[in-house]
Amino acid sequence: MALVVALAPGLVGLVRKVKARLLRKRGAPVLQPYATLLRLMRKEVVLAENASWLFRVVPYLVFASTWVAAALVPTFATDLQFSWSADLIAIVALLGFGRFFLALAGMDVGTSFGGIGSSREMLIATLAEPAMLLIVFALSLVAGSTQLSDVAHALAQPVVGLRVSLGMALVALVIVALAENARIPVDNPATHLELTMVHEAMVLEYSGRHLAMIELASALKLMLYLSLIASVFLPWGLAGPDGGLVAVVAGIGLWLVKIAAGGALLAAFEVSIAKMRVFRVPNLLGIALMLALLGTILLFVSRSL
Amino acid sequence: MNLIQLAFSLSVLLLALAVVAVLMRGRGGVSGAVYSLSAIASGLLGIAGVAFLLRAGAPQLMTLPIGLPWLGMHLRLDVLSAFFLIVIGLGGALNAIYGLGYGRHEEDRARVLPFYPSFLAAMTLVVLADDAFSFLLSWELMSLLSWALVLSHHRKDEARQAGVVYLIMAAFGTMSLLLAFGLLAREGGYGFEAMRAGAGVRDTAVTVVVILLMLLGAGSKAGIVPLHVWLPLAHPAAPSHVSALMSGIMTKVAIYGFVRVTFDLLAPAPWWMAMVVMAIGAVTAVMGVLYAMMQHDLKRLLAYHTVENIGIIFIGLGLAMGFRSNGMETAGALAMTAALFHVLNHSLFKSLLFMGAGSVLTATGTRDMDRMGGLIHRLPVTSLLFLIGAVAISALPPFNGFVSEWLTFQAILLSPELPQWGLKILTPGVGGMLALAAALAAACFVKVYGVVFLGRPRAPEAASAVEVDRWSQGAMAALALFCLALGIMPGLVIDALQPIALALTSGLLPAQASDPWMTIAPIGAGRASYNGLLVLLFIAASAMMAAWLIHRLAARGVRRAPAWDCGFEMDDPTTQYSAASFAQPIRRTLGSIVFRARETVHMPPPGDNRPAHLEVTLLDPVWDSFYGRIHGAVAWLADRANVLQFLTIRRYLSIVFALLVFLLLVLTLWN
Repeated sequence: MALVVALAPGLVGLVRKVKARLLRKRGAPVLQPYATLLRLMRKEVVLAENASWLFRVVPYLVFASTWVAAALVPTFATDLQFSWSADLIAIVALLGFGRFFLALAGMDVGTSFGGIGSSREMLIATLAEPAMLLIVFALSLVAGSTQLSDVAHALAQPVVGLRVSLGMALVALVIVALAENARIPVDNPATHLELTMVHEAMVLEYSGRHLAMIELASALKLMLYLSLIASVFLPWGLAGPDGGLVAVVAGIGLWLVKIAAGGALLAAFEVSIAKMRVFRVPNLLGIALMLALLGTILLFVSRSL
Repeated sequence: MNLIQLAFSLSVLLLALAVVAVLMRGRGGVSGAVYSLSAIASGLLGIAGVAFLLRAGAPQLMTLPIGLPWLGMHLRLDVLSAFFLIVIGLGGALNAIYGLGYGRHEEDRARVLPFYPSFLAAMTLVVLADDAFSFLLSWELMSLLSWALVLSHHRKDEARQAGVVYLIMAAFGTMSLLLAFGLLAREGGYGFEAMRAGAGVRDTAVTVVVILLMLLGAGSKAGIVPLHVWLPLAHPAAPSHVSALMSGIMTKVAIYGFVRVTFDLLAPAPWWMAMVVMAIGAVTAVMGVLYAMMQHDLKRLLAYHTVENIGIIFIGLGLAMGFRSNGMETAGALAMTAALFHVLNHSLFKSLLFMGAGSVLTATGTRDMDRMGGLIHRLPVTSLLFLIGAVAISALPPFNGFVSEWLTFQAILLSPELPQWGLKILTPGVGGMLALAAALAAACFVKVYGVVFLGRPRAPEAASAVEVDRWSQGAMAALALFCLALGIMPGLVIDALQPIALALTSGLLPAQASDPWMTIAPIGAGRASYNGLLVLLFIAASAMMAAWLIHRLAARGVRRAPAWDCGFEMDDPTTQYSAASFAQPIRRTLGSIVFRARETVHMPPPGDNRPAHLEVTLLDPVWDSFYGRIHGAVAWLADRANVLQFLTIRRYLSIVFALLVFLLLVLTLWN
């Protein structure tokens, strides 16, 4: 659990670094997000005059719910201590919990930027959630469970092999992950001043330690989705319930490689595509929904596809 | 005295209370007395239900020599009625406690007081009834009494219009029920026992027609699309604790009617009926929440959310029907448990939300969300409790709404084992619609909470609002606690529901209470499990730890300053996002399909300093394409028939004569 939090800002730093290098810039060091977070935590908080108690509680709630969700995703081993306390549906709902409160916080000060961010964030979530559920459906059809560690374990079996339906679910999950993490082409994480911004507009009024919590939570969320994709679609190397120390160390090493590769791919994808207009995002998420539904129906037609 | 006698005497007591309220009207203290006695009586009803359900004994019967001469009045208390007694008792008691405080603001108390306890009594009698006659009588009583409550603000046009629409829909619903029971009674008689016995010999066609009629009759009361039109008019028109009762409880009594007939009195329906019910449920869920998203009237928005939740319940019931007709007992039990759990949950958080809306209405005097804002500073208790209700209805963990939707999803995930292709293909689609409805509900409650309680006051009423009385706060706090308790201890509810699942679907889920830490794993631990308690503890612990560490080790300073807002000056509260602007992204993407939403900007010509206007037009597809046409047809017929009003007596006599001859001819040809 602590490992995920410790590494999440590093992942963000890595993505930024790769992006900068691809654009032939030098880029900030990979460890820069840590320095930013520390600096933010030490600064005093500037609160808007009419901010309520909710505004001050939300950063911690968002961080906590994202952390709990991230802790439930298998990273390097399948036998997580508390994996039975929530299945994949509940993990999605936990992320929804964080988003609900963050969107409320965006409305709290009563600025138009907060409102625009909140309303668009909820639109994107509205469209991403059905797609996510259908992905869960397809995965549970193959694995016979919605318990993530069981899904990862089942998909690691050689009998599963390559399947068209899983490929579709992967593409759908990648689209959902891009949307949920406010990445290009859905949203631009690098700017505060663009009319189509979503996530960054919502947290515009935050400062100091509150902002640090929210930044950490969004780094965690990126980590969560990359781990999720890695553990479900690339489940090799996950230490099983009876794996010894060697298996665990190998699992950690392999997980780091997977995450780093995922981060690099994300950066490469982001520099090669332009941001979309907000009202074209539904089309993108509609593709995810259709792919997930097709994957599910393919599994109905034949369990081996 | 056994429990059914207790329940019946309590409902008689509630009816008597209504008479007392009429006789004593105008005296001081009547209001308090009526509400406290109603609270006690319905609390006892709820306790009786709990006692019966936990013991899960044999059904208790009672026959009274009133009603039709050869039939009498049959009452029966079984596990299903006991569960709905709990829903009625709990909701009735807490709403009465809320009414103790809220009722004082009512301008015309004599128009509410007698009907409140008698409405509760009528609903109790519906779930206790064991023959068609007493069922229909109590049902009609329930409709009429709630109609009277809708008209308690009868001087408002809005309430009068709601009353007319409600009366028409209620009459139509009861007529469908009458026909359904008429068909059911062919095999024996009007007692439910005879109908149950006739289940085996009944034609499949009759079964299907009865279910369709129940969908029309009970569905119109519950508010399935397209029969929901009266609901968003009538529920908000009543005083808020009555709105809570109608939205939270009466719609559940309608669900009871559907469950009783479909699962208890009828043999398993053909599998494609399950598809019909599920499709209706899915459409109702999504349409309900989309309507809600477009609303600016707080109470009407909540009423549309009732439509959504009824849809979710019908999805569960449809799944249960599908599993039952294929003999998949455990899966059926899961779907039925999910649906009934959602019945209980919705009755709790919808009451809570309507009470919160009532408090806001008392505090600001308006239901228009665009005149509110910033109430979190003025109504600290109400705003916290409303937040809990909003999180619960948005199906977010660790509250109760999530558990029942999670169970529904788990039931949906069992659908691949169904043999029929139609059900197999439909169910994932329904699951997607359910997820869409849940996500839209979250968006909608961000809108409600953000516009009403957060931000800056948009009107002077909102800026000077004052917190409501202790009774109201207490009732809301109790409901919020229930929402949390059922969310973190769902295993207890699931176990308590099993006798009902066994009776209706002949399946059972494994016992949950013995699992460690209140984990629920309804279909075996390897398949899916969820633990609300641990989720709550984890979130609370890590949030507090993070906050403590940061305050301890890093900074704790706070400075108040004007909002940043990218450097814009923004003194005018109308620059905030309003209810309409929050809905804009969803209105453009989904609303343009469903409601054919159009936005037009009216710009004044250059040099003119009037403000520009944004006009939004929405078309209600149900009103326009369905009721609009019916209305047109009725008006056309009425115009044609109008001629008959102005005839001479000779013509009338000849018409009567011709009709008589015609009927006699028909009769002779018939034989």
